Amino acid sequence: MNTVTPAHRTWKKPPFIQSPLLRWSLVVGAAVYLAVVFGTMDVNWGRVADGIPRGQRFLASFFPPDFVSRAGDIFDGILESLWITIISTVAGIALSIPVGLGAARNLSPRPVYLFSRAVLAISRTFPEIIIALFAVKLFGFGPFAGFIALSIGTVGFYGKLLAEDIEDMDPSQAEAVKATGASWFQWLNYAVQPQVMPRMIGLGMYRLDINFRESAVVGIVGGGGIGATLLTSFDRYEFDSAAAILLVIIIIVMAVEYSSSYIRRWVQ
Amino acid sequence: MLRLVDLVKQYKTGDKALKSVNLEVPNGQVMALIGPSGAGKSTLIRCVNRLVEPTSGKIYLGDMELTSLRQGALRRARRRMGMIFQEYALVERLSVMENVLSGRLGYVPFWRSYFRKFPQSDVDEAFRLLARVGLDHMVDKRADELSGGQRQRVGICRALIQNPELLLVDEPTASLDPKTSRQIMRLVCELCKERGLAAIINIHDVLLAQMFAERIVGLQLGEIVYDGPPDGLTPDVLTQIYGEEDWEATIAKVEDEDEEETDAVP
Repeated sequence: MNTVTPAHRTWKKPPFIQSPLLRWSLVVGAAVYLAVVFGTMDVNWGRVADGIPRGQRFLASFFPPDFVSRAGDIFDGILESLWITIISTVAGIALSIPVGLGAARNLSPRPVYLFSRAVLAISRTFPEIIIALFAVKLFGFGPFAGFIALSIGTVGFYGKLLAEDIEDMDPSQAEAVKATGASWFQWLNYAVQPQVMPRMIGLGMYRLDINFRESAVVGIVGGGGIGATLLTSFDRYEFDSAAAILLVIIIIVMAVEYSSSYIRRWVQ
Repeated sequence: MLRLVDLVKQYKTGDKALKSVNLEVPNGQVMALIGPSGAGKSTLIRCVNRLVEPTSGKIYLGDMELTSLRQGALRRARRRMGMIFQEYALVERLSVMENVLSGRLGYVPFWRSYFRKFPQSDVDEAFRLLARVGLDHMVDKRADELSGGQRQRVGICRALIQNPELLLVDEPTASLDPKTSRQIMRLVCELCKERGLAAIINIHDVLLAQMFAERIVGLQLGEIVYDGPPDGLTPDVLTQIYGEEDWEATIAKVEDEDEEETDAVP
């Protein structure tokens, strides 16, 4: 046997930031900053204490939810919201397909790519609610403004993710179809579409879900739908009806959520 | 059949993948292209059907000059060249039949291909080819359900249904086990004989190249350093292509064909 035990070499995971000075100054700096931020956040505990019972009263006025007295309005609002949701999702996705194809670096020539990316960037810069404010100014109150706002939002979202998915596709499959002498559209249909389709269906369902929730928000600024109904019930201090509307929204969002995850698993 | 004249490919990074390659492949000849990784084998094959644009030089397929073709003419020229790929390159979410029929895309108008309404003669030919490679019971399986060897067979059908005059084969056995590799090489060579096709087969398994090809071309750093019959691959030649190594074992293997296979390339 070997009598000389080899010296133990210790090993530690190398730190993410090499320089110890920089590492520790970052840690200390972050701690100091947080302490200062908390210190300067001026909380008036008296007002918080006053607010709690008021909040309780406010919440209590939501119960029991009243589905009945405004049933007609709620029903109309939901129908209108669903209409806005579906039509804006369909229109938005239809519009985002050419934009997404244009914004995929491996598909498009440079000028088309830059233009499409610019379109996506612009439509993603503004949240739906801002676009809705513009649309209401342009087209007046009502569901059409909501539809425009959500369609534009959908283009930004779906077009970007489509472009990214196309950029991530397997180039050898695309090459193989190109080598058969396929035309560009055939190549799109046989090589690109099968690769991106499952994810795009899943994202379409996800966008449907987002658009429904957004349709409530957009309605509050005048874009029609259940948001408008919700706003009216708040304005009239009918919190029990508002509670009913919120419950209906929650139920529909959950229904879309479950069915979309089911569909996503199914198309894989 | 195929003639490359002073073919040069320089990538944007400045790497010269091909330095003035001259090569002629006559009708019906199965030629193996060997050489170390990075020698330019893939680039050469992809220049022929212009998946990679050559920097300069001429490529003649029959009488047609390929490097100057515009989009439409290039697509029609590509129909005459079937390609078989290293990792099979099947469209994984399409069925076996769709993958095979995609070889006819160059012949079929868009809407017919979109609705998968291919002419009956194409469908007949697809069934015939799949039966020939023993896969006619798997027509509606998705391509990603198949094993490696099966996928490569589908890849072969896709190339052959184009009714090509030339096969471009890029490392057909690189991701297959030794036995399947031999089967696939045998199948490719048999089919070439049956149909009188010329083929360029990129392969880094020297042993397989010697077993199946009529002619071997060795490529090194973008230049042809050997062009001759399979039995002309002496240790000196292999050293010239791949670099210094003990080649005796590799060459000895040629005689006893059905022995267990060892890695031919270091």
